[in-house]
This record gives sequence, structure tokens and C-alpha cells, in this order.
Amino acid sequence: MSKRANDRVRTWITRESLDDFGRFENIVREIGSVEDGALLFFQGRVRRTNRGRAVSRLRYEAYGEMAERELAAIGHEALERFDVGSVAAAHRVGDLGLGEVSVAIAVTSAHRDAGYAASRWIIETIKVRLPVWKHEHYEDGESHWVGAPPLEAGTSSGGSRFE
Amino acid sequence: MDRISVRTLFFGVYGELAARREGSAELAADSTVADLVEALRGPGGLDWLPERVVVAVNQGYAEAGTVLSDGDEVALIPPVAGG
Repeated sequence: MSKRANDRVRTWITRESLDDFGRFENIVREIGSVEDGALLFFQGRVRRTNRGRAVSRLRYEAYGEMAERELAAIGHEALERFDVGSVAAAHRVGDLGLGEVSVAIAVTSAHRDAGYAASRWIIETIKVRLPVWKHEHYEDGESHWVGAPPLEAGTSSGGSRFE
Repeated sequence: MDRISVRTLFFGVYGELAARREGSAELAADSTVADLVEALRGPGGLDWLPERVVVAVNQGYAEAGTVLSDGDEVALIPPVAGG
């Protein structure tokens, strides 16, 4: 492999849309190599129904600098753990509508097995490690911080609901 | 130095419950993350904060026993929900 690890990993947190598939693919072409026979692309998108409730929109909040560092660390760790050529991963913050891309991951590899494994590991690791929070708004007008801890009645504020 | 001062950050639901996104705390020198959490949860404080809350110090995940220094940035991390 001629490229150094830093040239084979690209990660970022952004307020800008990640919906442009072509733009993301251009980055993959920059960091990938002709040794890689497989490209796996994953998008997470804002889903209308979450836990039985109709979502109207949502907002992602991140601990900016730490999220940048964690996502970069996840990308580099993927390179060490799996036999892959390059990793690109980006996460949106700010306000997103239904169907918008919230997370995009691309992995190139010589062979497909390592690519599937790495892509799966990256999204699962993002979900447990990346300091990003999701505030869901519902069609009925309520809103909720996803994953928020249960609270006793009366301690809630701002009209939000907590599970 | 007898006392240290750390910057505290509250994200997600913690920011909403604390009604602030950031603050500061004064602690005895050599205080740990656990000491800070205990102080925050203390009388008149953030009693809803879990005892074993996830904390990051200077933008990296930290243990309860991590010793804090003057000027540290300490973030209280509610359950993450990226993806």
C-alpha cells in the first residue's frame, strides 16, 4: 500500500448536506486505490417512524471538537482492525428533514468480506462512541431527546418528553 | 494551588435539564471526575444526574478516577444517539 494511513482515512462532522452521493464518491476516489476491488457505501437516513411515533424532523447536536476526534479515531481504528484500503465517514449536525442523510460511510477493500465487516463495525461504533445527540420532533408537536434517561414526573422541562 | 477551577459542558438532555450549556466548578486540588459529579449532584444541584454519568475531560472519555487539573474542560455526556 503506497498511501499512508492519514491519506486513507477521511472523516468529518458537518452542518452541510451529505445527500450528494457523487461528492462523497469523489472523496472515496481520492483516498482509495486501484488495489481495492470493493467499495461499500452506507447511508443512514432520517426515518419517519421511530419507536411507533411519527417523526416530523430532528436536530443533531454534537460535542464538535470531540466528535471530530472520535470519528477520526474510529476511522483509523477500522483501518487497523480490518483489511481495508480506505475509510470515509461523515456525520451531519443541525436540523434534518425526513429522508436526509445523517451519516455516510464508505469503505474500500481488496475483497468484500473485510469491507462488509468494517462498514458494520464503523456504524455500530459511531452509535456507541460518537458524542452526538438526537432531538426528535414529532407530528403531534412533542419533542424528545433520544436515549434520554427516565425522569420522575414533574422534573421535565420545556414541554419535552423523556422515556 | 489549593483549589482548581474547571469548565463544565452540558450536552443534549443534560443541557436542557441543567438549563445551561456550560458553567464552571471550583474543586479542591487533586479532585477526580467522581468528586466533580458528586459536587454537581449535591444539595440544590443537579440531582437528576446519574451517579455514573459518562464524562469527557479535554475532549476524551475519562474514568471516574481521572484526576482533574485547573482549567480542564469537563463534558457531561448523556447517552449518545448518532447514526
